Amino acid sequence: MGLTLDFLALSPYVGELARGLVTTVVLTVVTTLSGLMLAIVVAYLRVHAATWVRRILGGYVELTRNTPFIVQLFFIFFGLPALGIKIDAITAAFLAMTLNLAAYTAEILRAGIEATGRGQLEAARTLGMSKFQSYRHVVLVPAFARIYPALTSQCIIVMLGSAVVSQISVFDLTYAANFIQSRNFRSFEAYLLVTLVYLLLAVGMRQLFLLVGRRLFAFRQGGQA
Amino acid sequence: MTLVCVKDLHKSFGDLEVLKGVDLDVAPGEVVAIIGRSGSGKSTLLRCLNQLEQHDGGNIEIAGQRLDAEAMAPSELSRNVGMVFQSFNLFPHKTVGENVMLAPVVVRGVNKQEASRVAREVLDKVGMLEKFDAYPAQLSGGQQQRVAIARALAMKPKVLLCDEVTSALDPELVGEVLLVLEALAEEGMTLILVTHEMKFAHDVADRVVFMHHGRIHEQGDPKTLFNHPRTPELRQFISAVR
Ligand SMILES: Nc1ncnc2c1ncn2[C@@H]1O[C@H](COP(=O)(O)OP(=O)(O)OP(=O)(O)O)[C@@H](O)[C@H]1O
Ligand SMILES: [Mg+2]
Repeated sequence: MGLTLDFLALSPYVGELARGLVTTVVLTVVTTLSGLMLAIVVAYLRVHAATWVRRILGGYVELTRNTPFIVQLFFIFFGLPALGIKIDAITAAFLAMTLNLAAYTAEILRAGIEATGRGQLEAARTLGMSKFQSYRHVVLVPAFARIYPALTSQCIIVMLGSAVVSQISVFDLTYAANFIQSRNFRSFEAYLLVTLVYLLLAVGMRQLFLLVGRRLFAFRQGGQA
Repeated sequence: MTLVCVKDLHKSFGDLEVLKGVDLDVAPGEVVAIIGRSGSGKSTLLRCLNQLEQHDGGNIEIAGQRLDAEAMAPSELSRNVGMVFQSFNLFPHKTVGENVMLAPVVVRGVNKQEASRVAREVLDKVGMLEKFDAYPAQLSGGQQQRVAIARALAMKPKVLLCDEVTSALDPELVGEVLLVLEALAEEGMTLILVTHEMKFAHDVADRVVFMHHGRIHEQGDPKTLFNHPRTPELRQFISAVR
């Protein structure tokens, strides 16, 4: 085997790697938060809004779940300008990732919401809560507790999927690897390193979700759901 | 003077007519026990009183306000009617204190401090104050039900509806819940309870109502009703549950 590993060849590019890492992390953190918020709203409206709103949201969720993420990204970045909406690459990345995560999460969350016992809703109602108050204070947290493992996986998928934003020249981790190997031709080292970083990010995210979940859903430790 | 006034109440589920003209007046401070066989419409009657079911005919007036086909906003209704369920229905993700404080804060806009004061007061009343920070899953069924009663009381309803609130409990836990209800009755709380606890109905209720096939078949003060039932249906019911 003529392959000799030379990780020192990457050292001049530490700055690029750091920049890529920061971009990937920020993209992930921000879109996780914005995606979850949007999903919470969408999941509520898909049950309680007027029919035409429910139809539109259903269309959005199905469209998103049945098309490739990279196509969604290209559509937003290259397609929207044709309609006169011009946005820069990083905004397009945020938007595409948020819309993608929100669609999947809204669908996952729906299962969690539907599992709410009728008694819970009736108790909320007899205590005087409106539908929205009951969703917010009674339904939402137990629903999230039920779907939390699936939600964790979905957020990690979005983080890993964010690699494709390098295709519209967002300077993320993958873009950094592409950039480095085009300069020093050490593609094996560059991609191996970036692979390890993604792996660490994924493992770290899973641990973080576990930790947060344990605090957020402490009520479950007594036993029942 | 009446607090709850039900006239010729009708309710069907599809082809099944469950309430076939129920008339019931309840005075403030009165304790009314509803008994009757399974399927006779007891729960449905209670659920119409707080609009968990919409009635099809007749009318219901509570504290002078009429419940029509046009539903009253839940927040408005909660000023008049509270409800305790057979299955407790505590919110699992909220502590005991939070369960009790939630509706006053969210629905009434009471500030947290005041809500906490009221919560402690009602929890003390049901003997659950020391579990203020526990989660429902850490409590026994009897304790959960007492919290559920406190939660309903925190909204200061004029009448409290109880649908078989001891039926889901282990026999040894029934007593503690009945004691709480008895204390409430003595305090002058208006109670309408569906119950299978005949001794409790006999000892605590001011009036017992026997429902049969969607109608009030017989009613009266507990001693007379249990000792001298007039109709064969009631006689048969009493001998079956004794
Ligand atoms: N949502 C519903 N849809 C259809 N039928 C219903 C519904 N709720 C109740 N029923 C029917 O109405 C009838 C009366 O029910 P209800 O729950 O009022 O009886 P009950 O007197 O409370 O009986 P139990 O002692 O078993 O609780 C029953 O035959 C029941 O099957
Ligand atoms: Mg019943």
